[in-house]
Amino acid sequence: MSGVRVLVGTKKGAFILTSDGKRQKWDVNGPLFGGWEIYHMKGSPVNPDRIYASQANDWFGQVVHRSDDGGKSWDTVGNEFVYNGDAGTHQWYDGTPHPWEFKRVWHFEPSLTDAETVYAGAEDAALFRSTDGGKSWQELSGLREHGTGPQWSPGAGGLCLHTIILDPSDPERMYIAISAAGAFRTDDGGKSWKAINQGLRSEYIPDPNAEVGHCVHRLAMHPERPNVLFMQKHWDVMRTDNCGDEWHEISGDLPTDFGFAIDVHAHEPDTVYVVPIKSDSEHYPPEGKLRVYRSKSGGNEWEALTKGLPQENCFVDVLRDAMAVDKLDDCGIYFGTTGGAVYGSADSGDTWMPIVESLPKVLSVEVQTLG
Amino acid sequence: MIRVTLPAHLRDLARSGPEVQVEVEGPVTQRAVLDALEAQYPVLRGTIRDHVTHKRRAYLRFFACKEDLSHESPDAPLPDPVASGAEPFMVIGAVAGG
Repeated sequence: MSGVRVLVGTKKGAFILTSDGKRQKWDVNGPLFGGWEIYHMKGSPVNPDRIYASQANDWFGQVVHRSDDGGKSWDTVGNEFVYNGDAGTHQWYDGTPHPWEFKRVWHFEPSLTDAETVYAGAEDAALFRSTDGGKSWQELSGLREHGTGPQWSPGAGGLCLHTIILDPSDPERMYIAISAAGAFRTDDGGKSWKAINQGLRSEYIPDPNAEVGHCVHRLAMHPERPNVLFMQKHWDVMRTDNCGDEWHEISGDLPTDFGFAIDVHAHEPDTVYVVPIKSDSEHYPPEGKLRVYRSKSGGNEWEALTKGLPQENCFVDVLRDAMAVDKLDDCGIYFGTTGGAVYGSADSGDTWMPIVESLPKVLSVEVQTLG
Repeated sequence: MIRVTLPAHLRDLARSGPEVQVEVEGPVTQRAVLDALEAQYPVLRGTIRDHVTHKRRAYLRFFACKEDLSHESPDAPLPDPVASGAEPFMVIGAVAGG
C-alpha cells in the first residue's frame, strides 16, 4: 500500500510525519533529537529505510545520525568533516580574508544508485562524500580548489553549500549551489568543477559576466529532463535549458521574485512551485498572505495557490530546503514555515491543509514515497 | 577511575547517566581525561573538542573543585581530588537557550 513519509528538520529537533496514499490523516512522531538543530534529513532512494540526519548546534558541533529502519531508531555515524590540506581563506562579510572553518552540514544527498554513498554540503562551503554509510567523510576538494574559492563570501546565513543535485542520466554529473558564491557543475564525478552563473544578474555585482558571487538560494531539476534546472536566487527566478551554461529569468508575473524554496512537480517537468517572499529584508509573504505560486509553463506565467493557506496576518518564511514533492499520482507538495507549520497538498497544489501547525521553526522538509 | 560529568545533550548522545567514569593511565590532565572519554564514547568525538585542533569548543567550559579550568593548559595536571576520584571533572555547556 502506498504512503508517504515526510521528514521535517526543525530548530529544536526532527519530526517524521506519515500518511497513506490519500494523505489526509497524519501520524506525527517527534521530536527526535530534541533540542538540537536538525538542518536536514533525507532518505536513500535505493533503500528508503536508510535516512541520514544532520544534527548540530553551537555548543556541541556536528553529529550525523543514521537510521536503517525508516526513522524508528537511530545510530550516530561519522562526524569528522576535515578540509583537505591547507584550506586557505575565503572572503568575510567585510571583504577581508577569513579562514575556512567547518561549522555544519546543511544538506545530505544520498546516491541514486548506492545506499552506502551519500554527499554532504557543508558550511563553510565544501562538498563531502561518504561511501561507507556515513562512517567516514572525504572532501571532494576539486570544488573548493577550482580557483574561485578565495573570492567566495558568505550570505547572511553563512557560506553554505545548500543544494546538491545528482543527474540521473549521467553518474558523473552533479550540480551544487552555494550562498553566496553561485552554482557549479561537475562532469567528472566531482574531480573538477565549473562555475555556471552566466546570465545571472545581481544588483550588488556590477560585472554582468562575474564568474561567482551570486547568492543562489536553491536549484531544482526534474529527473526526466536533467538539462533543465530552475533556480530561486536572491531576487529572480531563473531557468537554464543547457545544464547551467546559460540562465534566463522566468520571474514573469510573480508579485515578488525574492524567495528561498523552489521545486518541480514529480510528473510534469514544466510545472514549478515557488513561495514568493516580500523582500530581502522582509522575510515574509507579501500582504501577509501565504501563497505558493505555480507555473505550468516552465516559468513566466504564474498562478497563486491559496486554498487552505492563511490569507491574512501570516508573516512567516519558507526556507530553501523546506519544500518537497512526492511521487504519487496526484503529486503531493509539502512545505514548512519558520512559524512551525507544515502544509501539504495531495492535488498538485490546488488545495492545502496544515499537517502540523506548531512545530519549532522548520529548517527543512523532504518526503519519501513508500510502497 | 576519573569521574566526568556531562551536560544533558552529551548524556543523550553517549546514552549515559549524568556522570561517567574513565580510566586514565599516566598523568591526569584535561587532554588525558578527554582522550579516555572519547575512546570510551566515540560518539563524543568532535562534540567537546575540535576534531583536528583538539581545542575546547567555544560554548563549553571545564570545571573542577569549584574552579574554572577552561583556560588552563590541556596538559597541566588536574587537581588531586579529580585524579583520586573524589571530585568530578565537569564539562559544562553555556547557559543559553539559543
